[in-house]
Amino acid sequence: MILVGERINGMFRDVRRAVQKGDPTVIHEWARKQDAAGADYLDINVGPAMEDRVTAMKWMVQVTQEVTDVPLCLDSTDYDAIEAGLELLKRPGMINSVPAEQDKMDRVFAMAKKHDAAVIGLAMNERGIPKNSEDRLALAMELVANADGYGIPTDHLFIDPLILPCNVAQDHSPEVLETLKQIKFLASPSPKSIVGLSNVSQKCLDRPLVNRTFLVMAMACGLDAAIVDVDDTELMDAVATARILLNQDVYADSYLKVFKGRGTQGTGE
Amino acid sequence: MPVDIVREKFVSKVGAVTLGATAEQGGTRSHTLTVGGDSTLPFLHFEGEVPHRPVIAIEVPDIAPPWEEALKKYWGDVWGDPAAWAKKAVEEHQADLVCLKIYSADPDLGGAAPAQAAEKLRAVLEAVKVPLVVIGTGIDEVDDELMPVIAEAGAGENLLLGTATQENYKTLTAACMVHKHSIIGLSPIDINICKQLNILISEMNLPLSRVVIDPTVGALGYGIEYTYSIMERIRFGALQGDRMLAMPVFCNVGYEAWRAKETKAPVDEFPEWGDAVERSTLWEAMTASVFVQAGGHIFVMRNPDAAAMLRRHIDELMESNVY
Repeated sequence: MILVGERINGMFRDVRRAVQKGDPTVIHEWARKQDAAGADYLDINVGPAMEDRVTAMKWMVQVTQEVTDVPLCLDSTDYDAIEAGLELLKRPGMINSVPAEQDKMDRVFAMAKKHDAAVIGLAMNERGIPKNSEDRLALAMELVANADGYGIPTDHLFIDPLILPCNVAQDHSPEVLETLKQIKFLASPSPKSIVGLSNVSQKCLDRPLVNRTFLVMAMACGLDAAIVDVDDTELMDAVATARILLNQDVYADSYLKVFKGRGTQGTGE
Repeated sequence: MPVDIVREKFVSKVGAVTLGATAEQGGTRSHTLTVGGDSTLPFLHFEGEVPHRPVIAIEVPDIAPPWEEALKKYWGDVWGDPAAWAKKAVEEHQADLVCLKIYSADPDLGGAAPAQAAEKLRAVLEAVKVPLVVIGTGIDEVDDELMPVIAEAGAGENLLLGTATQENYKTLTAACMVHKHSIIGLSPIDINICKQLNILISEMNLPLSRVVIDPTVGALGYGIEYTYSIMERIRFGALQGDRMLAMPVFCNVGYEAWRAKETKAPVDEFPEWGDAVERSTLWEAMTASVFVQAGGHIFVMRNPDAAAMLRRHIDELMESNVY
């Protein structure tokens, strides 16, 4: 399970203020914390409020890389900002994201190829998010074909079938789960799948419960990656347990501890 | 028509463990030995790296051992003299390692003080310059007294000390930490306990690069297939990035093979089974050959002819099959 830490995002007030003031403290703190919690990537999102997104992205990438070696997932709808960020990455990162729209795919896959970056492809286009699994898969297939056209290995493409908040679009959840199962059959090697988990629980009463329940269900349908709050201990424990039950990790009494510390624990050196 | 060779790509590999310490490293060995480091399934040279060949240790008892008569054919002249036994194992039988098995402290065999075993260890260290493995009695209360003394007597030599179990790992782990040795973690043909024990040992801060797995090997005819499966799963775990399973595997073949009736029985008991020496040699060699193919790294053998057969088998398996 590839976990992308969601916390360095200008949507959060502490991060937004840090970016506005040019104060690296909060970014450093979240980078270290998510690294320690076992994040495989750190999402970097300048947030909607910033005017100069290119400069903000460059600053956030630099500041984050000062304290961690975890690869970064550059998250913006402004592709100039993403490209500026890609130039600065110390190790291959991920682009978050591109919809199945031709002009955007052309831009994003070309820069992904140039920088050896993975890409999150959204199962949506100009007409929005499809209602059912079949239409999501048709868009996923467009993403696969275009990525392939640019010479991007299919397993560097992460398809996001797009989960919607369960309190307003409950009917989407089973469609997303079905899409996750089918993504495996789109190509060989198959593209990977990813969800932006927290979206499923927007404005719900017990968000952590909704998040972890959905994540476990999605894992059972073959989910490969998720953008999550890696600081949510119960969520991490649910992931670790699901990995055991799916026979992806070998059980040991201390499996929770090992999963939590999988980045650094056990070297003893 | 070109044939497309299917190659599996793994994300990780088995950790490497180095045994012994030269004068530069604070020991007195003439060289060190490294095992593990494999980045593929056993001997698939076309797919990944098999950087170090499996090694053979000859088991040397610290006193006259309670072993079968058949072994006296090979060791009768050194029976009860561990230094001479070790020298013969290395010089005549090309042992890569010597595995000193402590019997003297066993209450049923005299229950000598730990100091006596330590004395034997010093004598063996003096007699041979290859790296050493030292295995305690296997009785927890005895080993808790014995192994710290052994660890101290061999301080700096980077011995491989055994054996830690899930119920009794703290004393031995601490002794390995203090005197800079490596440890053997023994689990009862159980991958979950194997992993748990590695976690427990690493939580005491012994580096994983100083831990070796003993999954408990069975003998041919006595559940050998269970251990084969466990070793297969250990290797897959290691290659798929499970650091708590990514250690070299220790196979105490001599001990297991010599528990089998087919090895021990004299010829007059089962005349149709044929000559006892030849039979026991083959039984031990066959047992070892199964485990070398399953992914074992360190083999402890009693019969030098069986060890020689194993060495020839390893030679063949180490030949490149790169396409």
